[in-house]
Amino acid sequence: MIPAPIAPQLIAPQWLLAMAALPVAAINWHSFFFLLFAALACGFAVAVVAATNVVRMALYLVLSLAATAGLFLLAGAEFVGAMQLMIYVGGTLVLLVFGVMLTAQAPFVSIATSGGDRVMAGVVGLALLGALLLASLSVPAWRAPASGSLAEPAATPLGMAFVGVRVDGPAAGTPEAAVRPGYLLPFEIVSVHLLVVLVGAAYLARAKRRKTQRAIDVAASVEPPASVAEHAAIGRGQVGSGSVLSGGPVLTGGPR
Amino acid sequence: MIGAFAASPLFGFLITEPVSVAHYLVVGAIMFTAGVACMATKRNALGVLMGIELVLNGANVNFVAFASPYLAGDGARSLGLDGQAIAVFVIVLAAAEAAVALAITLNFYNNHATVDVDRADDLKG
Repeated sequence: MIPAPIAPQLIAPQWLLAMAALPVAAINWHSFFFLLFAALACGFAVAVVAATNVVRMALYLVLSLAATAGLFLLAGAEFVGAMQLMIYVGGTLVLLVFGVMLTAQAPFVSIATSGGDRVMAGVVGLALLGALLLASLSVPAWRAPASGSLAEPAATPLGMAFVGVRVDGPAAGTPEAAVRPGYLLPFEIVSVHLLVVLVGAAYLARAKRRKTQRAIDVAASVEPPASVAEHAAIGRGQVGSGSVLSGGPVLTGGPR
Repeated sequence: MIGAFAASPLFGFLITEPVSVAHYLVVGAIMFTAGVACMATKRNALGVLMGIELVLNGANVNFVAFASPYLAGDGARSLGLDGQAIAVFVIVLAAAEAAVALAITLNFYNNHATVDVDRADDLKG
């Protein structure tokens, strides 16, 4: 028995055949990897908007930001790409996932948006995208293909510039080079800013046991088991008349 | 859809020609727009935060593209080290902003038992 011939589309998809039609020597591998990372970054960025589950949104955001780090590396910005991976993907996203875990209980994981809001956002977003694309493609100098001459690695000049010494650009001794300060002052400002922000964030997020009337209402609407409701009623009776029903913030213990 | 794109002359042009600054600007524009749409449509406070991250990242792509000496065409001047320094500062500030925004969100969740931004109307007059 002769096996039926397999259609060529089943062996290799059409896009693979189309790529095979290109001579390998003609492929610009920088462009190839740019296309790969750009498609990943843009596709997952759109997926963040399309997803409704906040956990999936966080995952798509991780992938989009990681692909962007690849774009940075392709553009010759190694230090920025490494920072992107370490701070954004490694730090900020861990923070975000922690936020998701600390707040995402079943009713709040996916909060639906109304259809009218979606249509409105789509129209505004497409208009904004059109304007941005028009501006990006309208300058001939920006469309000139890359000359292909890669400069020396930028990590060392950037690191030196952050401590106030410029080792890039015009040769030392020329008048242009004499007045080129580094980024020491912005670096210090950002450092102090980061310290203050982290102290503030730790102060804001510290454990408190203060509840407003709304939180009490929401907690009550969940319908606890009868035994819990009994305990709550007993507790209210002990606190005194009106302390909960008066609507003000109620301290139920804790340092404040 | 992938097949039609791969067989098109546009794909052949994209994959054989060197990239330009405009390529990066298009990527930045798409990420920026996705971030703005994310901020506009999400009712979850963390979703809004993710939209902000996308917007900052799209701006960063533009800074890095303008800073790259490789992407600048013949005779064109690039931003040089300034663009990369700005990109690093933006990343650091985004981390700081995420920390504070997350602390505020956790506080809001502790007080209101929700992260729906439409419920944050206590200051409405």
